[in-house]
Amino acid sequence: MINFINVFVNAFPFLMNGLVFTMELALSSIAIGFVIGIIVGISRSYGKRFSYTLSTIFVEVIRGTPLLVQLFIFYFAFPQIGISLSPITASIISFSINSGAYQAEYIRGAIQSVDTGQMKAALSIGMTKWQAIMRIVMPQALIKVIPSWTNEFVYLIKYTSVAYLVGVPELMAEGEFVASRNFEFMNVFLSVAIIYLAIVMIITWGFSRIEKMVRMPGV
Amino acid sequence: MDFLSTLKVLLDGTIVTVELTVTSFIIAFSMAIVVSLAQVYGNTPLKVIATIYERILRSIPLLVVMFILFFGLPSFGIRFDPFTAAILSLGLCSSAYQSQIFRGAILSVPKGQILAAQSIGMNGRQTFFHITLPQALRFAVAPLTNEFTIVLKDTSFAYALGVTELLREGTYIVSTTYEPLLIYLFCAAIYFTVTFSTNTVVKRVEKKFALPGFEFRGERA
Amino acid sequence: MKVLEIKNLKKRYGEKEIIKGISFEMEKGETVVVIGPSGTGKSTMLMCINRLTEPDAGEIYLNGKQITGSKHPEVFRQKIGMVFQEFNLFNHLTVLNNVMIGPMRVKKFSREKAENVAKENLKRVGLELQMHAYPAQLSGGQKQRVGIARALAMEPDLILFDEPTSALDPELVGEVLEVIKKLAKEGMTMLIVTHEIGFAKDVADRIIFMENGEIIEEGIPSVMLNSPSQERTRQFLAKFMEGR
Repeated sequence: MINFINVFVNAFPFLMNGLVFTMELALSSIAIGFVIGIIVGISRSYGKRFSYTLSTIFVEVIRGTPLLVQLFIFYFAFPQIGISLSPITASIISFSINSGAYQAEYIRGAIQSVDTGQMKAALSIGMTKWQAIMRIVMPQALIKVIPSWTNEFVYLIKYTSVAYLVGVPELMAEGEFVASRNFEFMNVFLSVAIIYLAIVMIITWGFSRIEKMVRMPGV
Repeated sequence: MDFLSTLKVLLDGTIVTVELTVTSFIIAFSMAIVVSLAQVYGNTPLKVIATIYERILRSIPLLVVMFILFFGLPSFGIRFDPFTAAILSLGLCSSAYQSQIFRGAILSVPKGQILAAQSIGMNGRQTFFHITLPQALRFAVAPLTNEFTIVLKDTSFAYALGVTELLREGTYIVSTTYEPLLIYLFCAAIYFTVTFSTNTVVKRVEKKFALPGFEFRGERA
Repeated sequence: MKVLEIKNLKKRYGEKEIIKGISFEMEKGETVVVIGPSGTGKSTMLMCINRLTEPDAGEIYLNGKQITGSKHPEVFRQKIGMVFQEFNLFNHLTVLNNVMIGPMRVKKFSREKAENVAKENLKRVGLELQMHAYPAQLSGGQKQRVGIARALAMEPDLILFDEPTSALDPELVGEVLEVIKKLAKEGMTMLIVTHEIGFAKDVADRIIFMENGEIIEEGIPSVMLNSPSQERTRQFLAKFMEGR
């Protein structure tokens, strides 16, 4: 136990450096993924044949293949067509696209769960379809989607650990770096695990607070 | 390297990927049943332990669990080969998610079903096995299918331990052919084919055996 | 012979006392109907009898054997049928299996014997043609008749009905009441909680009026419904007649 505390304390500064990268990856990916998710989610719900088909293929393909393979394509394969990306850029792009596909499905589910009567009522007072989507349906759908976001953000934080495999110095990579020098594999990786656990718990708690704050009666 | 031998290597990798998936899924399934039963029917200490187990494993990245098992445990004299370490890690992580699925499924069996079973004189065990479990399993099919495809995709993490699964085999070919785009897209296509056909097959089977009132509810959003 | 004896039954939820010391008895072959305003503990009392809800105090006897305090309430429940307001048919089983499962799994009858018992009882409620359907494919009235057949298949000494027609569309109430009337004629011992006063008048040997967790008054239908002795009963019935 004392040994563990020693290892933890010595590794801590390194792991904190890594955590900064981890959070950077997760935050930018969930934000960019959100934009993708809204666009794809709406076209999956309301799109005409072309945009519906395109967005469906996107969602199915991204959700049907591993994140790690997507990352390898962006990092190792894109240089072959003349696009060289830094480890961080490649990671953020692939995580954002991946998260975008999942968020699109959350948003689509939330849109569907908003009563169709809401849409009809909006059209009946003379709104255009686009106005009805943006002013009536989406505000309700986005509130419903918050619990899924918590999940998605937690997933992202965990899955950003694969960025280690393309050389991003995030939490996992820093752990590996420390462990390969002091050979305290068990204690270092347990420390890494504890930090992930703490971060995930804080985020889950934070999101449940947000959820309570924005909750509307009946939605 | 010619096309046929490339294909053979990738197929070998695919077989390992499927082995990893199926084995770890079965392990996770059995553990999850125990954990969810403890959560729903257990006394307070059991409930607390099961919940802590679930929370912790759902919060730690699979890659970290793999590294703890593979690189960490040897300091306690416990050594696994990469394949075993990968299966155990996948199984542990998935068991946390599956226990959540089962718990939800058990709790979504309406209370009236249990009252009715008790009213005809069933004891706790009879009620569970004849009424609760059969209904809960049906509720669980859709989310479990989804979880299966997640495990399948997550087996790619075993790459990091050097298990010769699909992605590792693909990378091996890339290192000799310098055709990363082609090879990795091909790997992606294989993963997609397996997940897509799993979904399709389960939906078909489910449709065929669907009971009125228990229609396939689709993937969990 | 007394099938059911209840002595000073009490039940509270938190601060609220739902049942404040109820006592009554039922003879074999008797049909007793319990009426009274909503939320006065009628359903809770039924649930206490087969201990789906655990009473706080009092004694309940079935055929002279004490149910309360027994470590195995399921033994008594085999002898006490229950028909629920919300039917509670087993959603994953066909009509036939819904009725069979009790005899087969609880009474350990052979599959063949259980099937015969089930078919016989489905015939009694007029649903032998629907035996391969699933609950989701039935109308409310049909569901409730299956519920009755399920209770009957256990060959109970007593059947408890918890507002058996309250969840039904008005046009489906009749078919269920007909089945219950038929059972009354056959001499089944039944305790029925209902809001159907007209039906109570037809079928009851005795009516109990309950309010606020107490029995206010009991008696034969003609007296109870036409000239009740208690003011509260009179008020309830007057309100009820107005509402018609």
